[in-house]
Amino acid sequence: MSTYAQKKGFGATLWDFLTTVDHKKIAILYLIAGGFFFLVGGLEAVFIRIQLAVPNNDFVSAGLFNEIITMHGTTMIFLAAMPLVFAFMNAVMPLQIGARDVAFPFVNALGFWLFFFGGIFLNLSWFLGGAPDAGWTSYASLALHSKGHGVDFYILGLQISGIGTLIGGINFLVTIINMRAPGMTYMRMPLFTWTTFVTSALILFAFPPLTVGLVLMMFDRLFGANFFDPTLGGNTVIWEHLFWIFGHPEVYILILPAFGIFSEIFPIFSRKRLFGYSSMVFATVLIGFLGFMVWAHHMFTTGLGPVANAIFAVATMAIGVPTGIKIFNWLLTMWGGSVKFTTPMHWAMAFIPSFLAGGVTGVMLASAAADYQYHDTYFVVAHFHYVIVGGVVFAVFAGTHLYWPKMFGTMLNEVLGKITFWLFFIGFHLTFFIQHFLGLWGMPRRVFTYLPGQGFDAANMVSSIGAAFMGLGVIVMLYNIIITSVKNVKVGNDPWGDGRTLEWAIPSPPPFYNFKQLPLVRGLDAYWLEKMDGKKGMTPAEPLGDIHMPNSSFLPFMMAMGLFIAAFGAMYHVNDKAWALPVMIIGLLVTFGSMFLRSVKDDHGFHIHKEDLMDEEDKGVKA
Amino acid sequence: MKRLAKWRLISLFGILALVLSGCGEPYLSTLKPAGEVAETQYDLMKLSTLIMVGVIVIVAIIFVLILVRFKRKDDRIPKQVEGSHKLEIIWTAVPILLLLILAVPTVAATFKLADVSPMDKKNSKALVINVRSHLYWWDFEYPGQKIVTSQDLVVPTDEKVYFNLKSTDVKHSFWIPAVGGKLDTNTENVNKFWLEFDDKKSNEAGNLFYGKCAELCGPSHALMDFKVKAISRDKFDAWITAMQNVKEPQKAQGAVAAQGQEIFNQSCIGCHAVTPSNKMPETARLAPNLSNFGERSRVAGVLDHNKKELKNWIRNPETYKPGNMMTGKYPEMSEEQLDALAEYLMGLKAQE
Repeated sequence: MSTYAQKKGFGATLWDFLTTVDHKKIAILYLIAGGFFFLVGGLEAVFIRIQLAVPNNDFVSAGLFNEIITMHGTTMIFLAAMPLVFAFMNAVMPLQIGARDVAFPFVNALGFWLFFFGGIFLNLSWFLGGAPDAGWTSYASLALHSKGHGVDFYILGLQISGIGTLIGGINFLVTIINMRAPGMTYMRMPLFTWTTFVTSALILFAFPPLTVGLVLMMFDRLFGANFFDPTLGGNTVIWEHLFWIFGHPEVYILILPAFGIFSEIFPIFSRKRLFGYSSMVFATVLIGFLGFMVWAHHMFTTGLGPVANAIFAVATMAIGVPTGIKIFNWLLTMWGGSVKFTTPMHWAMAFIPSFLAGGVTGVMLASAAADYQYHDTYFVVAHFHYVIVGGVVFAVFAGTHLYWPKMFGTMLNEVLGKITFWLFFIGFHLTFFIQHFLGLWGMPRRVFTYLPGQGFDAANMVSSIGAAFMGLGVIVMLYNIIITSVKNVKVGNDPWGDGRTLEWAIPSPPPFYNFKQLPLVRGLDAYWLEKMDGKKGMTPAEPLGDIHMPNSSFLPFMMAMGLFIAAFGAMYHVNDKAWALPVMIIGLLVTFGSMFLRSVKDDHGFHIHKEDLMDEEDKGVKA
Repeated sequence: MKRLAKWRLISLFGILALVLSGCGEPYLSTLKPAGEVAETQYDLMKLSTLIMVGVIVIVAIIFVLILVRFKRKDDRIPKQVEGSHKLEIIWTAVPILLLLILAVPTVAATFKLADVSPMDKKNSKALVINVRSHLYWWDFEYPGQKIVTSQDLVVPTDEKVYFNLKSTDVKHSFWIPAVGGKLDTNTENVNKFWLEFDDKKSNEAGNLFYGKCAELCGPSHALMDFKVKAISRDKFDAWITAMQNVKEPQKAQGAVAAQGQEIFNQSCIGCHAVTPSNKMPETARLAPNLSNFGERSRVAGVLDHNKKELKNWIRNPETYKPGNMMTGKYPEMSEEQLDALAEYLMGLKAQE
């Protein structure tokens, strides 16, 4: 990134990123935007822990607290974890399958800008009369009862960013099915690519139910419908079903790519191929499939009856089996290996006990009758932070350190990386382990305060101290990123020395066309196989020829911005504002106008000529 | 390094202190079960924890062995192992067995806790209580006894008590942690379940359990507490009779209280009933029934039960329960009027 800044100047770089359709640059956009929202959500988390540090605290008011917890959950799931995961999918997956880009580069850019504008729209609620306050689950009776525009920001913002995620998922599916290099069969795909594939399929099936729920609620709140008003024949339990039919696969959408990243890290730093590759693939697919069969375990106390509760309890327990298979396969990958404890490996090692703790509480929660006690208490809060922080966030940190050289061509500082790790790891367990007990002692979740004399005081203080450690860890990480970018020491193709998959066979960062010649894949861990045969790089599968590349375009930005504008019109239309309807129409015109333009204007892209590619080789640009 | 060791020591002591503080408060903790339902759930917790600790121990052993044995020492390339069918079958089959051990009692308990058939039988003697949740307060109706009370639920010990749960505004969840798991109060349907209050454990908990709302319901969700007085069947019957005997609003005792009653009848009675008899439909019961307010354990569910806090509450409820439905529904009261109201309300007792 910094090299561009030196070469091009700020304005040109900005324009480059606003119009780019290159998967590597879109990955950087996802990383920056997701990282920004991660900091925002983290700040909200710190506010939560300050408020709860002592009983009867008045650091924030009750109403504001509910806005903070709602935005913390929504931001972390939709605007931080998902885009950060998408960043690595974009940066790495096309390289891992030996492709020059994703199947639809234009759509890829559109997906990013939709997510980005949706996220900005949601967060503007802080400055425009208050954020949503009905929880990230936004249960219908409370959401309809909520005054002001907070919940409207939620339903409109998530719809916009949801479209972005959905088309992103479809794009990855098509890419993996169609764009694999010669010899890259399904059962030779690196596990991160496999998890991207299954995750994308989950996105394809999970996001439509959410969209349906959001649209119904939008009609209730903005256009006078009564889908969720029981006095007029509506039903709020429907919202719970729609939300969790999306919501449960969503956690697998997040955790599977995390599994993928760790499945890359363990073999690399153990110098050993992944143990039980085919059972890992099978477990991934099975988790994805079962993920759709268990949503009602979030509704054990809704009153669905013992038959439904029993079925969903057993189905939920079943997910423990493939997850267990994965844990043991990772352990056995390291067994007999030559394990190097780099920063990514620290995160990966820490992930095993942390995620295991979250997994076993998951099985405990699956026991429906016992769940009546755990449900909506701090036990659940502890559980899902153990799986999402211990799984997804650890993977994001690990992935950042692992792939930073591949994305930016320079290595993050290992010492600072380990300091970040220890601060965050200690802080994480300090914050969340004790919360299991808070829940069992009778503390409900989502409470803005608690009264003294209930035995909650000391444990909450411990939890808040832990949060401070996590915050420090993140600050060290930011410092690391800054000094690394300033020093900008360039590295070669395979900076960790033990890379196994195709992305490590090409320069860091890769040229914009990725592969001059598509590589020939001879087996799992394609690059490792070549290295073991004493070769320096991949054997090309095609003669050097012209490369067809897509043109940059500003239209994705325009399409997303149009919806962003239209959302304001739709929202303020309720208040009988005269400008609301015109704004909505203008916004939609921008979107549909851009789509029309895209449809009628032929854009054939351009070719990089064979001669230019050979010139580069002569000059020795290839690092 | 020395500083690090010190920190370790401190955190160790911290954890120790927490372990010693142990299982929470007897009137609140799910780890101090005080009834058949909580007991069943506690047993499931112990069983699942035991199984899971077993899994954790096995993983921990492998984990530590890896840390000790397989650290990179030289530049050798280890043998590339594809997998092992034998191992994979073991770690697929064993977890399935472990889960079956947990699944069977889970399913049995789920059906047991959902069995409310006695409450639907004709001429059933079972005690049924209709719980109606409102934004930040609880309404308890005893349909068989034809009385209504609020905020402080009164139940007999050592017998099954059956509950009909419903909400009148947004979704809440009815939870008495020490006695049993929660069940949501939905806006569209009645949910039913039962609880049993153990006499001995109730005594240990001071006969007063803490109840909570467990579903986010707005700003004062955290303050939507209620209390449960669990007393022996004899005392319970006496209480019921006393409540039934309050046929019309009690006459205030003394001049100050009489003045308070007058204020109450002008400003408060539109929402708050002071007779326990069940004549109004549930949707018309807009605010807590105050018939036996003087005998309750808290003001508004969260404040200490004394005149000072009661006056504070009436002076400005918004300070204590943001978003409540009482604020602004009545004229501002002078100190004198507050004194009178407090005197009157604290005198409202069904039993002497």
